[in-house]
Order: sequence, then C-alpha cells, then structure tokens
Amino acid sequence: MSGAGLDPKTAPTFPMAAKAMMGDVQLRKNVRHATDVIQEKRARVVSEMPDWQELREAGKQIRRHTMEHLDFYLEEFEANCTRAGGVVHWARDAEEARRIVIGLVKASGSDEVIKIKSMTTEEIQLNSALEAAGIHPYETDLAELIIQLGADRPSHIVVPALHKNREQIREIFQREMNLPELGGRPEDLADAARMFLREKFLRVKTAVSGANFLIAETGGVCVVESEGNGRMCLTLPETLITIAGIDKVLPRFQDLEVMLQLLPRSATGERMNPYNSIWTGVDGASAGDGLRDGARDGLRDGPRVFHVVLMDNARTEILADDEGRQTLNCIRCGACQNVCPVYRQTGGHAYGSVYAGPIGAILTPQLQEMHHAQSLPYASSLCGACYEVCPVKINIPEVLIHLRNKVVKQNTAGVAGLFDVEAGAMKAMALIFRSERRFRAAQRLGRIAERPLVRRDAQGEGWIGWLPGLLGGWTQARDLGEMPKETFRDWWERRGENGN
Amino acid sequence: METDLVTNSRVGVLRRVRAATGRASDGVAARVGWDGIAREYRRRGTLEREGVLALLEDRLRDYDARVFRVVGEDVGQSVAERLVERGVRRMVVPVGLPAAWMSASAAVEYVVDEGLSSEELDGVDGVMTGATLAIAETGTFVLQGVAGQGRRAATLVPDYHLCVVRAEDVVETVPEAMGRLQGTAGLATTFVSGPSATADIEMTRIKGVHGPQFLDVLLIV
Repeated sequence: MSGAGLDPKTAPTFPMAAKAMMGDVQLRKNVRHATDVIQEKRARVVSEMPDWQELREAGKQIRRHTMEHLDFYLEEFEANCTRAGGVVHWARDAEEARRIVIGLVKASGSDEVIKIKSMTTEEIQLNSALEAAGIHPYETDLAELIIQLGADRPSHIVVPALHKNREQIREIFQREMNLPELGGRPEDLADAARMFLREKFLRVKTAVSGANFLIAETGGVCVVESEGNGRMCLTLPETLITIAGIDKVLPRFQDLEVMLQLLPRSATGERMNPYNSIWTGVDGASAGDGLRDGARDGLRDGPRVFHVVLMDNARTEILADDEGRQTLNCIRCGACQNVCPVYRQTGGHAYGSVYAGPIGAILTPQLQEMHHAQSLPYASSLCGACYEVCPVKINIPEVLIHLRNKVVKQNTAGVAGLFDVEAGAMKAMALIFRSERRFRAAQRLGRIAERPLVRRDAQGEGWIGWLPGLLGGWTQARDLGEMPKETFRDWWERRGENGN
Repeated sequence: METDLVTNSRVGVLRRVRAATGRASDGVAARVGWDGIAREYRRRGTLEREGVLALLEDRLRDYDARVFRVVGEDVGQSVAERLVERGVRRMVVPVGLPAAWMSASAAVEYVVDEGLSSEELDGVDGVMTGATLAIAETGTFVLQGVAGQGRRAATLVPDYHLCVVRAEDVVETVPEAMGRLQGTAGLATTFVSGPSATADIEMTRIKGVHGPQFLDVLLIV
C-alpha cells in the first residue's frame, strides 16, 4: 500500500481495483471472517428488540426532518454551542476545512495532535495536510493506529483495519513500536497499543475529533466509541477541535434515544458500545457564577478551548437532489458493508474512497460530483441486503439506480454522446430483443463466434477470458461463461407437448 | 479580512442549504415537523422492579463487569471486600461521594480528586463513583459532572472503576433514561457499558484498551 489517502480523483476504477483485490486470498479471508462475526452479533442483538422496525422508522423520520430544516438546526446548534463557550467555524469544502483546522492547531501552540477515529477527517485527508504543515497527528483508535503505522488505508467505516489479521498487525507493531519480542495474542497487541499511546494521551495538548451527532437543542456533541481513546482525546487536552459534516445534526437531545439504540446494534452488534460521550461547550463557561469559576480553576473537566468546524464539502449538492438526498441520513454504522456480497469479495480498498461498500457506492460519487467515481454506482448486485439492514432505512438500491441514470446521461450528453459506443450497442441489443427471429439468429451466431475464444477448466467448464475489440471491456475485469450448447427455447421445444 | 472569510463561509453554506431545500426554515415549522415524527417504539419498559434489576445485572455481566447487590448500610463493607479482591491500595474518589461508602480500612488510601493532574490519576489503582442512572436493557450507567461522580478524567485514567448505583436510579429502556437526563442535558455526560474494550483485531473482544480494564458495580437495593 502506498500510504496515501484513498482519493477517488486518482484511484483506479472499481472493476480494475476489484480485480486486483480478488487475487489477495488473505485479504478476502480476513474480510469474510470479520463481516461474518459482526453480522452474526448484529442479528442476535437486533432480534432482541421487538420494536426494531418502529425504531428504524423513527430514525428515518428524524433524519429526513432534520434535512428539511437543516439551516434552522445548524443555526440553532451554532447559537447554543457558542453560548456554552464553544467556537463554531464553517467550511464550504475540504480545502477550507483543512485550513481552519491547521490554523487552530497552530494557534493552540502544539505541533502534534491526538486524534479520534473520524471518517470526516479521512474524507478530507486531514492527516497528510497536517503533516505538510509540520504537525504530527497520532491516531489513537486501535484500528486507525494499525492503519497509520502500517502506512495502509482504511477499508471499513467502523472497523478500518478489518482486512488485517493478528499476525499482520503483530508484524506492524513489532517494526513500528520497536518491540521484537511482542506476542501474537490480541491481548498482547492491545497492550502494546495501550503502552504506546498512554504517553501521548498524557503529553499532547491538542486533540482532533469527528462527531457522531451534533445536538441543536443543547449545542452538545456526541461521540460513540469503545476503547476509551475517544474519552482520552475529549477530556485530557487543553484544546479540542471537532470537525463534522453539516449532516450530523440532530434536532433535540431526546432524539438520541433513537440513535443510541440504532447505532451500536447496527455498527458493532452491541446493545450499547462501552462509551458514549456528550459534552457541551467548555466546562463551567455557561454557569458564570463565582462558584463555578472557582471550580473551573480547581477542577478542570475537559478542554478549555473547544472548536467545532461545520463542513459542507458537497453535502448541500446531495441535499439539492431529491432522490439522492436520503444518502445524507447515513449515521455511518457500516452495517451495509457487512452484508454486501460485493464488498465481502473485494474488501474496501477497491472502492477508491474512505467510504466503501454500498453506502460508499452512493456517497462517494455524490461527494465527488460523479466525475471521479462513475464506476461505483455499478459496484453492486442490487440485491437489497443493504436496504434491509440500514438502521435509518436508506434505500440504497434506489439511489444506485438513480445514480446509474445520471452516469448514462452524463456520458451521452452533448456531441460525444452521439458516438457513444455503449449507447449504440444498447440500441442494437434492443433491436435484437424485439424480434424472436433476430434473437435466435444472434444466439446461433454467438455460439459460432465464441468457439476460438473458449478455454476449458479442470471441470470441463468453458470460460472466455478475453474478448476482442470493444467487447474486451467486459472481460477486462471478469470471465465470461461459455454459451450453453442448447438454448432454453430449443430445450423446451424438444421436450414436446407432454413435457417428456 | 479573516473575519470576512469566515462570515462568507457561514453565509455561503447556509445559502446553499436554503437553495437545496427551496426555502428558509423557521422555528415554528421545525417544531411542528418534529412533533409529527412517528415514535411508535417502546417508550417505557414492561418489567417489574426485580426484573429490571436482574436484567441490568445480566447485561453488565455479559460485558465482563462484576455486579454485587448490597443493602444501604453494607456498602462500605462491600466496597472494602471489592478493593481487597482487586488488590487496590490507592483509590480516587470525587468530591461529594458519600462518606459511608468509603470503608474505613488501613489498607486503602482514599484520594479526593480536587483537581489531580493526568499523571497523578495515572498513578492510582482505581476510582469509585456514584451514577446518575443506569439502563438495564443495555447494561449501561451514566456519569455526569456532579458531586459524587466528578470529572470525566477520573473515571477514565485509572485501571479499575467501582461504580455504586442506587436501585431507584435504574430504568429499563434507553428512552426512559433520556427522559430523566433531559433536565441536565447540558452537563458533560458519559454513558459507560462495561469496561473499555476493542474488537479491532479479528473481531475478538478484548477488555481494557485505554479506559479501565476492570469494572465492578454495586447495586444498592
């Protein structure tokens, strides 16, 4: 792996990347095991909930309502967060968000930061921008630490290093932490991470986090995690910088009663993850009385300086698209990845983006205005499993088809579209399918034409691994099965009237 | 100049949001819309008192916490037993923790957290707190920045946490908990469900990564 962030602008197309990944047997085994385990746990804790479908419906309605009134709730969050002593910033795009964060870190006087796992910071490739500005970021989530030390890239929204097994992780830790004697049990590896990071938690004075939810009613922020690394970053440093997409808002504190039931069960298959932190502004700032001031000086609980960066980065373009808008409802649980037959075969890196799997297939093209991720809406079998598990009922197949339409329109727009080969081929196909005579003729012709291309495997099955000319696009990333000796129609007719 | 830029971004993002939704939203419409959200999920539990407590115990144990039921006057004694079992010598306690909970034992030193540094917290064996409430269905207790529960860092840095929960503060479901927390929603609030854990390595659950590795809960009945 290059260690560079996953960037749809430079990544190979999904079919090309997927073909390469399919050859990595170890990776596929690791991904299969991890997704099997989470799916099984999720199914068990979801089946405990008699009201799961009602919760999903409430989750969907809360998210949809928030998007309809997003401007109101963003302003409400800003006002309440500011009143509690936080400082709210707005960023139109990734570039602006990076600039704001770098400026805030420099103002904090630190040249290093501790970080909580955050997909938003991955999305804007914050780590490399920080490095370029002379600031060293330490990832503190175990999986993110594995990724960072291994110069790797995340492959799952919730479990970013699920493509690595314990032996691979051990090798990375032995090398990067200089621990040649390190054991190979998961406990040994977690202990090594604990030792490695404890010193950073106690020393580094500035932290960067994402947010699971922003609560408009209180100006509070909620972060959901398991290891306690999040709590370390949120409470020990003097400065905390939280960066969140504008889609992360929840209207009221009470809405957490829905999200805190849906998210942990969907994400990690737990009834509740070990730690949820909710904080509002900076400690004591809203009280204003002498007692709390005294308490603030003596009993500091959390950072004294707190910033929130509200980032758009193409979310408003998704909001403007009636059919695509539901993509913004996503609460980043990753359940759709675990059930997706395509993701389970290819792993996350093939998607060329930090958002992999079904949600990545719809989120990435929209965040990137389609130009750089045209193949992603096709990276799905449309089986619907993702829709079924989505805790906020995002109809991912529906959005996939909507985006496929957009891709076709984009490619057939203008003069170039008149000469579009795929569109021409589709027209020819339509002509063939409309006539039985033409269809049978095409089948006969196909069987003759394929003869020199068919290769037989050990079982005697015929496969075509290469097609000439323009047809070659099909076989670039997959093999084609040999046409059957007898068509269904021929077989049916041969059976005769009585079905013998 | 810098201020102009900041203001422009704010105006720019909000303008794009309003262009996307086709209007500027107002508080009245938002309130009406929010009130209309269907909430047909369970808002309160169905179990009897004993059932709720048993569920909490079961769910906490499922997450590798130990749970002990005690009657009020025996808390100090039970605390002493737990600390002996855990081999704890120096115990941090928040300001305002009931004195009766701190067993008089020569073997344990209680350090009241009046603003200990992170390094000092790193040097003690454990921490004891009360809790605002507990949620049976998820095996969770909730800590807030109040007397008897103290600062967030104190329940995070030491390796052992002993939490004392009153039976009357145990609710069955998450919605019941959020309803009780509504009045103090502005306080720093931490939901704790079992000891610190990770499943990042081959989905194997491992206890104790960065937060406390060991968790005992005393349930005052």
